[in-house]
Amino acid sequence: MTTYSQASWTDEDAERYEPLLSEKASERVDIEDSPLPEELTRDSLELPAPAEPELARHYTRLSQMNYGVESGPFPLGSCTMKYNPSFTEDVAALPAAAVHPDRPDRTVQGTLGLSHRLQEYLGRIGGMDAVTLQPPAGAAGEFTGIRIAKAHHRHNDDERSEVVIPDSAHGTNFATAAMAGYDVVELPSGEDGRVDIDALDAAVGEETAALMLTNPNTLGLFERDIERIADIVHDAGGLLYYDGANLNALLGRARPGDMGFDVMHYNVHKTFATPHGGGGPGAGPVGVTEGLAPFLPDPHVRRTDGGYEYYRPDHSIGKVHGYYGNWPVLVKTFAYIARLGDSGLADASAKAVLNANYLAEQVPYEVPFGPFHHEFVASAGEQDAADVAKGMLDHGVHPPTTKWPEIVDEALMTEPTEGESRRSLDQLAAAFEAVHSEDDGTLASAPRRTAAGRIDQVSAARSPRLSWQALDSDD
Amino acid sequence: MTSPYAPHTDAETEAMLDAVGVDDIEALFDVPQSVAFDGEFGIPEHGEREVRREAAGLLGRNDDLTEFLGRGHYTHYVPSVVDDLSSRSEFLTSYTQYQPEVAQGFLQALFEYQSMLVELTGLDVANCSMYDEATALGEAATLAQRVRSVSGETILVPDHLREGKREVLANYADGPGLAIESYPMADGQTDVDALAGTIDGDVAMVYAETPTVRGVIEERLADVGALADDHDALFCLGSDPVALALLERPADVGADVVVGDAASLGTGTAYGFGLGMFVTRETYLRQVPGRLVGASEDSEGRRAYTLTLQTREQHIRKERATSNICTNQSWVALRTAIHAAWLGPDGLVDLAEDCVTRPRDLAARFDDVTGVQAPVHDGHHFREFVARTDRPARAVVEDLAAAGYAVHAVGEHLIQVSATEVTAEAEDGLVGAITEVVK
Repeated sequence: MTTYSQASWTDEDAERYEPLLSEKASERVDIEDSPLPEELTRDSLELPAPAEPELARHYTRLSQMNYGVESGPFPLGSCTMKYNPSFTEDVAALPAAAVHPDRPDRTVQGTLGLSHRLQEYLGRIGGMDAVTLQPPAGAAGEFTGIRIAKAHHRHNDDERSEVVIPDSAHGTNFATAAMAGYDVVELPSGEDGRVDIDALDAAVGEETAALMLTNPNTLGLFERDIERIADIVHDAGGLLYYDGANLNALLGRARPGDMGFDVMHYNVHKTFATPHGGGGPGAGPVGVTEGLAPFLPDPHVRRTDGGYEYYRPDHSIGKVHGYYGNWPVLVKTFAYIARLGDSGLADASAKAVLNANYLAEQVPYEVPFGPFHHEFVASAGEQDAADVAKGMLDHGVHPPTTKWPEIVDEALMTEPTEGESRRSLDQLAAAFEAVHSEDDGTLASAPRRTAAGRIDQVSAARSPRLSWQALDSDD
Repeated sequence: MTSPYAPHTDAETEAMLDAVGVDDIEALFDVPQSVAFDGEFGIPEHGEREVRREAAGLLGRNDDLTEFLGRGHYTHYVPSVVDDLSSRSEFLTSYTQYQPEVAQGFLQALFEYQSMLVELTGLDVANCSMYDEATALGEAATLAQRVRSVSGETILVPDHLREGKREVLANYADGPGLAIESYPMADGQTDVDALAGTIDGDVAMVYAETPTVRGVIEERLADVGALADDHDALFCLGSDPVALALLERPADVGADVVVGDAASLGTGTAYGFGLGMFVTRETYLRQVPGRLVGASEDSEGRRAYTLTLQTREQHIRKERATSNICTNQSWVALRTAIHAAWLGPDGLVDLAEDCVTRPRDLAARFDDVTGVQAPVHDGHHFREFVARTDRPARAVVEDLAAAGYAVHAVGEHLIQVSATEVTAEAEDGLVGAITEVVK
């Protein structure tokens, strides 16, 4: 049994942990004798002014009060928290990668060449005919894909009003459809946790612009009826959108393009191991079939005689990022794919699926549905899933995603990824086991070994204090 | 090969398969034969060193130019401590802070970032990042559409807006049915009189930038703010943290939302990789897109941080969320905060002042060159200026590239030059090259 005590720097006198930078070394400077007329400048500026040694210590302490993939197991379902290979950082930091986005094409042939290579790789991996690298995150990829669907329907004088989304889908799908101006039709899951074909038949019609589907879905289940699903959507004139969040389950085993999907996004910070960075940056390239390629964002890279160039696709939806997306993240993606190649990518998926199945066998909680691919959703049953998560924190593991998807009571959505060894999966199972046998009172007071104790979410939301200025005004 | 990042030995794999009760890993894939993939991607595997060489070889085809480029993507010197601290794996390899008890470090860093933006803008609430300036502008437009005190359907933008930014805005505006219209610029700044003639009750938001895309510092922002206010429209201002250290506070000119690229601190030139700032008034708190870090207390009674007001967000509110954003640019914000703290207010103001004097002085040197007039626009500049060349701008830009320098062509006879401290030593060379090129 592994236990864990996270480092914690505590200022006992002030009822706080590491003080804010502003509490350590704040300085106000007046703006005077500036090269601008006074009426165009502010009066003064107050910001922290730590000396570099103090600055280094501050952020080092903060890092010690933070848990990452390199700290321990991180089986957050749907997030694919796999190990981020260090060398990809060095590739992204190559001086030649650091060019300005307004350089003419012919002076940045290296950048275009690498982009083109990555477009090709992603296209082959997803079974898609053309790929844009521009969307800066998965949700931005969804937005791009649904904007492409909208442009396609408009182009055909066939404006539609609805997007159909299963109830187990990521919240981003619903929000994306709404942002693009569509009404959302929520599809209830069937008893086996998959798309209910009869319900789909009833939901899809001439107003259906697209069905957004995750496969395997958020329960880790492959939609076995995918061809039937594709036929139903296509027969109604709709498009099939693939949410790539769970692509790490399928590398080399199945491709969205072969399943009948028309448009998809890739979450490179999941499938291709670029670091999550505490919430971002990611990148969300979008792949489409040949028929949708004219709608891709502007610009797109293509080969010329002896080089590469940008061009604007004929019916482009325009831009979805001010420039070319999260370029350094794309370079890391390229490096990861080039490192693993066909066999390494296929092995990554194999081990990810093996790990999820191995862990599912050992957790003491009920695990409905199956068979699983890269993740499973256990039910905490009589326990509160949020408490289970807090309890697990004391055992040196990050807990699963909790209370979602809602079709499993008190859900514990668990995705260990291929990066965990058998030993660390056993450690995870032991953490589940320990928490499973703890009483509610003990769990309610967890965690005890983390940098901070249980944090009051309710009062944070009731009286929002979102800056150090807001703290001052309360005192 | 097997993935070098999967730790399993063959013996462990066998034992795990036994535990699961299958003979072969492939048996775990529940994929119907008719959609199974039995081909090859045709992507060869490489050693780590080979990939580094391969990428260096590919990228090595980029011309080695000294870039005097800006127009929205800027470079300042990034101190080593930024790379060093932000690369700590506890930061870099962590996730969104859904378990705040083990994520106090990143939460506090983001809280500090939000606070710095509050100080720089004078507004009340900063979120902890959007993707970039263009998408933040798109989000501002949809916020304007949701705010009840605003009834219009049109977003007014300057006609010098970068085309790419306008297109991103158009993608965001289409869903809620907003129209985008331009107002004229005069001599690189907002033509306030023309704006007064353009604005009407149908306007939901007026957008302006300072400095403008041509590097001119706006001088009548308070008038723009008043015009917006008179028409019950929001006033959205685009800027960046370096400029905001010196220029009038957005709150003082009536800005309701501030957007911009904050990666001008913390991240060098990165092909447009950015950090969307989003700062607004407390009135619109419940309509803010993206994540917010707030202070609370833990079970020990100590101040602690957590993501808050998450009922605005997609994972809770689904199609009624304020935005679909999930993954954002947190790590870039961490870098920006470290850089800003390293500079301190003195260093940041000095940097901003350098951004005023440097283009002014360089423009004067350009103006001394026969065949070049600079700056084209009156008024004060920030980081960059536009120059008129007797020769066509395209030819000038091409010849400068041949001499090893990159500048923008922004009109038939207009070039744009961006100058910060990182190209200080190359300024003499650039002036020499332009002298040759315009002959």
